[in-house]
Amino acid sequence: MLSEGTLPSEDAQSPIMGDPGASGRFGQFGGQFVPETLVPACQELEKAFRSAWADQEFRSELSTLLADYAGRPSPVTECHRLSEELGYRVLLKREDLNHTGSHKINNVMGQALLAKRMGKTRLIAETGAGQHGVATATAAALFGMECRVYMGEVDIERQKLNVFRMNLLGADVVPAMSGSRTLKDAVNEAMRDWVAKVEDSYYCLGSAMGPHPYPWMVRTFHEVIGIEAREQCARLLDGGVPDVVTACVGGGSNAIGIFSGFADTDAELVGVEPAGGAAVGRKVPGVVHGSKSYLMQDEVGQVLEAESISAGLDYPGVGPEHAHLADIGRARYESVTDDEVVEGFQLLARTEGIIPALECAHALAWMSRERESLAGKTVLMNLSGRGDKDVAQMMDVLGR
Amino acid sequence: MSEIGKFEHALRARRESGGKILVPYITGGLGDDWIETLHAVAAAGADGIEIGIPFSDPVMDGPTIQEANDRALSSGATPQSILAAVRESDIEIPLAVMTYYNIAFRAGDTRFATDLADAGISACILPDLPLEETGSWTDAADAAGIETILLAAPTAPDERLPRICERSRGFVYGVGLLGITGVRSSLATSAMDIATRLKAVTDKPVLVGVGVGTPEQAVEVSTVADGVVVGSAIVNRMLSNAGPEGVGELVAEFRAALDAG
Repeated sequence: MLSEGTLPSEDAQSPIMGDPGASGRFGQFGGQFVPETLVPACQELEKAFRSAWADQEFRSELSTLLADYAGRPSPVTECHRLSEELGYRVLLKREDLNHTGSHKINNVMGQALLAKRMGKTRLIAETGAGQHGVATATAAALFGMECRVYMGEVDIERQKLNVFRMNLLGADVVPAMSGSRTLKDAVNEAMRDWVAKVEDSYYCLGSAMGPHPYPWMVRTFHEVIGIEAREQCARLLDGGVPDVVTACVGGGSNAIGIFSGFADTDAELVGVEPAGGAAVGRKVPGVVHGSKSYLMQDEVGQVLEAESISAGLDYPGVGPEHAHLADIGRARYESVTDDEVVEGFQLLARTEGIIPALECAHALAWMSRERESLAGKTVLMNLSGRGDKDVAQMMDVLGR
Repeated sequence: MSEIGKFEHALRARRESGGKILVPYITGGLGDDWIETLHAVAAAGADGIEIGIPFSDPVMDGPTIQEANDRALSSGATPQSILAAVRESDIEIPLAVMTYYNIAFRAGDTRFATDLADAGISACILPDLPLEETGSWTDAADAAGIETILLAAPTAPDERLPRICERSRGFVYGVGLLGITGVRSSLATSAMDIATRLKAVTDKPVLVGVGVGTPEQAVEVSTVADGVVVGSAIVNRMLSNAGPEGVGELVAEFRAALDAG
């Protein structure tokens, strides 16, 4: 009987964070659980990505764009005052300094170039906090493509600034009105759009999640974070690596990018999830949005609504490679509360003059809480985005 | 060749008698009288019925079935409550369940397949479980005697269709258009195309669904296909509180139109 693709892919698995093979498996996770209409599109995308990534011309065009347009490489900043406050050495990978304000541009530049190469004329994206939506709208403007961004109605309300930015960039922002009206529902709407417009549209998925090849492709486009950080740390640490590498995790794209640079070292990898959206923390496997991963759900399999102060992490699932890294014990996942996040947000602003995105403030919150257990260590944190978009929301939260 | 199950058997019987096949879809747990609706649909001439088990994130479904899902879920419908009601219902025509894979995966493939069989369900459609991912589910379903109906979409290259048809049980579900479920003002040309392409490669019953919303459209696509699946048009009736009688009347209209050709 035909059942190819149901077995975990053979040797493609090793080394850690390698190629997940044709079936898109990371251990027991991943796969391609999409409506039949999208199967040929996913297969075509995998083929196109493999061919583009093997093409030196594509790689160099992307590198040039990332350097000359997006501002890479991003620096690593040594945090003297924060280190003093926390009692251990803190290094920040400054993805907040990229064009459009977050790491999202790395993946979007890669995917938009790929879309162009595939002859697609329209980009579809989902967005939570709006950072991926802004990055996609930016790429669409740069390449002269049409762009539609789905965003939960709740997120549109709490991230008005980014909605306006997307509109300025010429994108059409469509509210997702169903379910929790947040990121999960925006993904549903984007997938429905893709099912209907698969012939001319390219779904520019914003995190290391979704059906194969997205989790792997998105990670690959973000590996630049890890590659740069590894070299930068080597310079700062006499050829060594940090003791701990940490990042916030919603779908998990910024974390997977920085983890990839240290997966083969002794560095401890720590992902930080919001308490109200801790898919890995709950360890219940499920299948939604195209892949098998850990998923917040009730006892019969209905997906639960995540709850987080940060729109970018307000997602009940997680990318399948994170589920796998947790499963094999290569990375661990911690969670923090919204209150701790608010503290972390202010901590970085006060000690280093850097206002972090609320998403990144999750990792800062964990670093602050764990100051005793981290004493004497060197911690590299991926500061994946800047906090300008969150200032209005924080004015309300802090009652000013 | 596999043994022919109850669902496929009934559909083949209709086809062999020279008729066109009608499989309506209703959302399980929608309203207090949905089991009466099930009876009314059967009495109105359905050859089999698809019962939707609502899922929180139905990516293949349009606004009508999304709303039906939401209403059923908020009134407390669960896979267990729906299957328990079906078990008690004594419907004679074959039944299929349509839901999303996480509902089966969460219960466990074997347990879910067994639960379906225990409730008297013959077949199952999981629209987010394409051919390449079917393995563990179809093993469990085959063992429990549940016919797994696969979808075939207009986007499939020619070489893919025979493989889908070979693995599909019950019937082959031709997706009538590029898009999600919902009533459209006219039948998409892709509906005729997919029916033609499927009929060329399989002897199994070929039904077209998604975008087949009126008796006229059902007749049109059935000039090529063996019949139709009608979902949103029927669920619209359920949502507008037409009651079992009103839903039965609509199904009877489809039946009469298909019989008249």
